[in-house]
Amino acid sequence: MQEVINRAKELLADGTVARVLGWKAGDLPYNPEPAYFESVESLEDFVYNGFCGANLSKYMIEASKLEGKTMVCLKPCDTYSFNQLIKEHRVDRDKAYIVGVGCKGKLDIEKIRKQGVKGIESIKGAEITDEADNLTIQTLYGEKTCSYADAMLERCHVCKGKEHKIYDEIIGESKDTKDADRFTEVARIEAMSPEEKFAFFQKELSKCIRCNACRNVCPACSCRKCVFDSNKFDSAQKANVDSFEEKMFHIIRAFHVAGRCTDCGECSRVCPQGIPLHLFNRKFIKDINEFYGDFQAGEDTEARGPLTDFTFDDVEPGIVGERG
Amino acid sequence: MSIEAKEEFRPKIVAFCCNWCSYAGADLAGSSRLGYPADVKIIRVPCSCRVNPMFILRAFEKGADGVIMCGCHPGDCHYSTGNYYARRRMTLLFSMLDYIGVENGRTRVEWVSAAEGVKFSTTMNEFVEKIRSLGKNVRLEDLRCRK
Repeated sequence: MQEVINRAKELLADGTVARVLGWKAGDLPYNPEPAYFESVESLEDFVYNGFCGANLSKYMIEASKLEGKTMVCLKPCDTYSFNQLIKEHRVDRDKAYIVGVGCKGKLDIEKIRKQGVKGIESIKGAEITDEADNLTIQTLYGEKTCSYADAMLERCHVCKGKEHKIYDEIIGESKDTKDADRFTEVARIEAMSPEEKFAFFQKELSKCIRCNACRNVCPACSCRKCVFDSNKFDSAQKANVDSFEEKMFHIIRAFHVAGRCTDCGECSRVCPQGIPLHLFNRKFIKDINEFYGDFQAGEDTEARGPLTDFTFDDVEPGIVGERG
Repeated sequence: MSIEAKEEFRPKIVAFCCNWCSYAGADLAGSSRLGYPADVKIIRVPCSCRVNPMFILRAFEKGADGVIMCGCHPGDCHYSTGNYYARRRMTLLFSMLDYIGVENGRTRVEWVSAAEGVKFSTTMNEFVEKIRSLGKNVRLEDLRCRK
């Protein structure tokens, strides 16, 4: 972390960048938040640790409109989103100085809480430079330990790799934390009967409070005007948990990013209700891979997205029924 | 109560038809005196590509029991490539509806040209039969929209 701060200070001091986009400590030890730093002094508040899950790519849309360059810290998976935004002409590559920061998997506080850890005062072992495989958590009720891998976000278990796809320089080592297949859960749901599928999604989606956090955080959801902001939209209010409105919202949200979603997992991370929203995005990714060939959004800045492309012999929609 | 039970189920079906092929196909079916059930409500769209996934979901939300989309045969699109994009979109949407547990017979895509009045008529008859056998759409309906 100190290396990143030092480099940021240098870049700010010599005028290469006008501001730094990173994370600052939140009010609790486990909730750092994205922040701009415009002076060398303010960088004292800069933090980068295992809880800095936030993908800063989307903030670059606004930063691209500002005067001067912005130094942005991107983790390997965030660079996919950045590439995708370049492809869609939403960010200006020339306005960004990308520092690829190392990552060894990001932590999910909910997973730590689920292990019965309460009253957290401080957490050791979450720093990027820490070599330990365990977190040491100081709580009101004494010291607890928890394995780093068990506390990782779901998305880190299906890590896309430790390589930064786009960067100006890299600071720190990254680690590929993949230890699961990302389509396992999707395939499990696909194998259910229609009744079971419906009950599963009814149960998950009825938790939705329509806070729109999943939409707001998503780097692919970057339209200036959003269909969900219209008060004429049928599901603009949260009124009836039994009705179709949550499903409609979530299908459309996922559909609007289909073919552009890099599977960064931010939607699931920010959901205050813990809805596994990535299951929708991954279903689209899985279908696209099966029907139109493997595609990873954000792999580069050139390739056409699967929904803005076609071939003459694409499968017919009837295949959904035939697949059974 | 017994009166309700006897009432025959009349499905509500929305058909999105492209202006250039399928709508003309429906027209031909009419002028050739080929029948199709009155339960099918046709909505004319400029191209099958105009059909937004939201149109289909909204039709279900407002109480449709089945939605069918008809367009020009691939290769015959008036705008050259519209139906190729529509084909990809609908494949993904239908797969998603299947994934959340909606019976997949409720949605269908059929390519009908302006010369295929017979195909239009048989497709619609078939589709209405299918929806009759599936019964009322309860999974996608918004109760507040019920009349």
